[in-house]
Amino acid sequence: MADAENGYSKQVLIVGAGIAGMQAALDIANSGYQVVLVEQWPSIGGHMHQLSETFPTLDCAQCILTPRTVDVGRHERIALYTYSEIEEISGTVGDFRVRIRRKPAYVNWDLCTACGACTEACPQAIPVAFDRELELAKVMASGKVRLVGTGKAIYTLSPQAVPKKPVIDVRYCTYFQKGKCRLCEKVCPVGAIDYEQQPKWIEERVGAIILATGYELYPLEKLGEYGAGQIPDVIDALAMERLLSASGPTAGVMRRPSDGKEPKEVVWIQCAGSRDPEQGMPYCSKICCMYSAKQAMLYKHKVHDGQAYIFYIDIRSAGKRYEEFIQRAMEEDRVLFVRGKVSKVFREGDKVMVWGVDTLTGLPVEVAADLVVISPAMIPSEGTRKLATMLGVEVDEFGWWTERDGNLAPLETKQPGVFLAGAGIGPKDIPEAVSQGSGAAGKVLSLLSRWGGPSDPASE
Amino acid sequence: MKVSYFPGCTLNTTGKGFDNAVRAATAAVGLELIELAEWNCCGATYPLIVDNMLELAAPAHVLVAARNQGSTVTTACTTCYNVLKRTNKFIREHPDERERLNAFIEAEYQGEVEVKDILHLLRDEVGFAAVQEKVQRPLKDLKVACYYGCMVLRPPAEVAYDDPDHPRSLDDLMTALGAMPVDYPHKNECCGAYLTVSAPEVTREMVYTILKSAQLAGAQAVVTNCPLCQFNLDKRQAEMAQFHAGFQSLPVFYFSQLMGLALGLDASEYGWERHYIDVRPLLNSLGL
Amino acid sequence: MRVRLSGQSVHNELVRRVEEYSGQDLMACYQCGKCAAGCPVAFAMDMLPSQVIRFVQLGLVDRLLDSKTIWLCAACQTCYTRCPKGVDLSRIMEALREIVMFEKGSYINYDAISPRDVMEWPQQAFIGGFRKYAV
Repeated sequence: MADAENGYSKQVLIVGAGIAGMQAALDIANSGYQVVLVEQWPSIGGHMHQLSETFPTLDCAQCILTPRTVDVGRHERIALYTYSEIEEISGTVGDFRVRIRRKPAYVNWDLCTACGACTEACPQAIPVAFDRELELAKVMASGKVRLVGTGKAIYTLSPQAVPKKPVIDVRYCTYFQKGKCRLCEKVCPVGAIDYEQQPKWIEERVGAIILATGYELYPLEKLGEYGAGQIPDVIDALAMERLLSASGPTAGVMRRPSDGKEPKEVVWIQCAGSRDPEQGMPYCSKICCMYSAKQAMLYKHKVHDGQAYIFYIDIRSAGKRYEEFIQRAMEEDRVLFVRGKVSKVFREGDKVMVWGVDTLTGLPVEVAADLVVISPAMIPSEGTRKLATMLGVEVDEFGWWTERDGNLAPLETKQPGVFLAGAGIGPKDIPEAVSQGSGAAGKVLSLLSRWGGPSDPASE
Repeated sequence: MKVSYFPGCTLNTTGKGFDNAVRAATAAVGLELIELAEWNCCGATYPLIVDNMLELAAPAHVLVAARNQGSTVTTACTTCYNVLKRTNKFIREHPDERERLNAFIEAEYQGEVEVKDILHLLRDEVGFAAVQEKVQRPLKDLKVACYYGCMVLRPPAEVAYDDPDHPRSLDDLMTALGAMPVDYPHKNECCGAYLTVSAPEVTREMVYTILKSAQLAGAQAVVTNCPLCQFNLDKRQAEMAQFHAGFQSLPVFYFSQLMGLALGLDASEYGWERHYIDVRPLLNSLGL
Repeated sequence: MRVRLSGQSVHNELVRRVEEYSGQDLMACYQCGKCAAGCPVAFAMDMLPSQVIRFVQLGLVDRLLDSKTIWLCAACQTCYTRCPKGVDLSRIMEALREIVMFEKGSYINYDAISPRDVMEWPQQAFIGGFRKYAV
C-alpha cells in the first residue's frame, strides 16, 4: 500500500460509518483513494438509520439513507469493517498503523445469503440496541400480557441493513447461555452458523484518519426525577423514532410500550440532562427542539385526535427553514408548547403523570400522559476517550473531540493527519454532520494530493 | 455495637412513643444507644442565611457533646439529623467560620464526629438481614407505604444516604420485617413540615396528595421515620373527609413501632394514644 | 404602569441584601421553571417560586414583600435538589423573609397561639416555625 516515491500511505481510515463518516468515505473513495471504514455496529448508517423522518423536510430517513449505505457497501475502494473496533493505532501522518478487531458474529458472512431463516427460527425475543432496547406488550399464549424485546438473539439491524448480515447476541442466545437450541444452525440452508467463530484482527496502514465517532444519549437511568428508566411508557427520543418509523418494531403504527394502546396524550420533555451543569451536561444538545417538534407532528399525523405537549425552556430553531417548521407544528398540527421544565414524572394507574409548569401564565400544571418522550442530552459515543488516548488527540471535559481551532480549523485536530467530522465533535443535526463529512474529506484530499494523485487501486 | 444517641426535643416530648420504640427495637438487634450525657435543642431548622453563627451555635453544642462521648452520634429525629449533619459538614468545610463559631461557643471542634441517621445505621451497621433474623411476628400481609419526607434526602449532597428520587431503605426494612411495601411515587414529597403551624389548610392538601397516592398503590398504612411528617400525615387526616369526599383514613406508624411489634417486644409504651387515626383495628386484623 | 428598568434599578439595595443574605448568584437562574414545576406548595402560592427569582433579577424586590409565596416555602429543598443551576431557592426565600421581618416584625404572633396547639404540635414544628416566622 505504501507509495513508491515517498513512503506515504494514501489509504484513509474513517472511524464510524454514520452519516458523517459515510459522506467522507464516499467523497474520498470517489476521488480515487482507498478508504478503510470501521463501524462498531453490525451494519452502517449510524443513528440516522434509526430515524423515522428528517426535519424540516419530513423526508423518510431510511429512504434517503439507503442509497448512501448501498453506495458505501458496494464501493470498490471502500474496505468496510463492521462489527469492528479499533484496537490499536500508532504512527504519524502518512504512516499510521491500525489494528482492527472484528468481533465474532458467529455467522460466516461469506457464506450467509441473508435469507433471514435464522432470525425467523430463533425462539429468543430480546431487547436490541437498535430499537433502544424497547420492550413492547405482547399477549402470550396463556392470555397474559408480557413485555418482550423487539429483536431476536440472532438478528440483522434492519431489512435495509448494509451489510445485511446477522450476528448472534451471546448474552441472550439460548445455546450460548444453556448449551442447547442450535435452531439457527438447523435452519440455515448454507451452513453459515459458526458457534466457534473467533475474533479476527486486521492490520492496515493508512496516511490519514477521520474520526466520525458520533454520539449517544444520556441514559434515562440517570434521570431519577423522570422515572430513572423504570417506567415502560417513558422512553427516550431515539426509541420514539423507532416507534414512529415505518420499518420500526410497530411498523410505524403508534402504540405505547406498556399495553400496546394508541397513546392519546403524549408529552415531550426537553433539556433532560442538557443545560444542566449541576446534574447533567451544561451544554444545549441543539437538535432536540427540532426533532421533538418533528416527532409531535408525525404523532399527530398518525393520531389525529391525540394531543401533543412539548415542555421546553427555550425553542432553539436556528437553521434554514427550522423556525418555520416549529411554527407549522404549532399552527397546523396544534402541538401545545408549554414553557417550563418538567420536575417530576411518575406512574399513576395506567397513566404517566407529568408535573410541570407553565411559566407564561404562572401556573403549575400536570398532564396525565399515555406516553412520555424524553430528549436526553447528547453525549459522546462510548469508546471516544479510549480512541483519544490511543491517538493522542484531545477531548474536552465531556469527551467531545477538541478541534485544533474552533473558529478556523474546526475539522482538524492537533495531530497532523487526524481530522474530525460529525456529532463526535459536539451535538449537531444531519445537514451539519454531512457538511463536516465532506469538509473533512476535502481536508484529507488536499493532504493526499500533495503526495501525488490517486493510485490505480487495481495495481495495489 | 454502642453508639451515642441524641433524642432531640420532639422525641423527648410528643414523640416519646417513637423514642421508646427506637430504643427498644435497636437494643433488640444489638444496637445499644447511649443517650448524650447533656444535650440541648438543635434549633429545629438548618439556618439558610449566610450570617448563621447564632443559629449554628445550638447544633454545634450538640456536636461537641457528642464528640466528647464517642466517634459517631445518631438520632431518630430526621430534622435533628438534617440540622446536625449539615452543621457538621459546614464546620468541616469552612475553616474561618469554624474558628468564629468555636470562639462563640467556647469550644475546639473541627467536625470530628460522624452524624448518622438511625435508619442508616440499621441498614449499614446492623444490616436488615440481621434484623430479619430477629423477627418474631412477621408483619405478614401488611401493605405499607413508606414515607421518607425531606430531611434524610435533601439536599442530597449534604444529607442523603439513599437515592433522593427513589429511596428504599425504609422499604427494605419493612420487607425485612415481613411487610409488603407498596411502590408509590410520593414517598419523597414534602408533607408541609412547619407550615402546619402557619398554614394548616395548605399542609392538609399536601398530605392529601401523598396519602391518595399511597392508597392508589394499595397501602393499608403509612410508615415514616420523621416525627413531624408522622404528625402531619396523621393529624391532617382528621379533617380530610370534609374537604375530600370519600377519603378513607390510613394509620400512620413510626418505623420503630412496627419494628418493635415485629420483633415481638412489649409495645405498650409506644405512644399509641397519641395517634389521631386509630391504629388498633388494623393491628388487630393482622393479629399483632 | 410600565416598569422602567435601568442599571440602577436592577442593582438596588434590596437586591444587594437578598444576594448577601442568601449567598446565591441570582443571575445563575435562567428561568427554566423546574423549581415551580416540582414545588409541592406552588398550588397555594400567589406567585411561582421561579417568579420570585425573576422579580429579584429585575430589581423588583419590593413587589415580593407582600407575597404569600415566601411564607409558604417549607424549605423542603425539592427545587434545589433538581435545579440545573444549583440555585438554592430556599435560601432566597429565607433572605426575603428576613428582610420583611426586619421591616415589619414577626409574621406570626406567637403569643396568640393557643396552648392546646402548642401541646399538640411536635416541638420541631413549633420551634422550626418560630425560627421561620418570628424575630
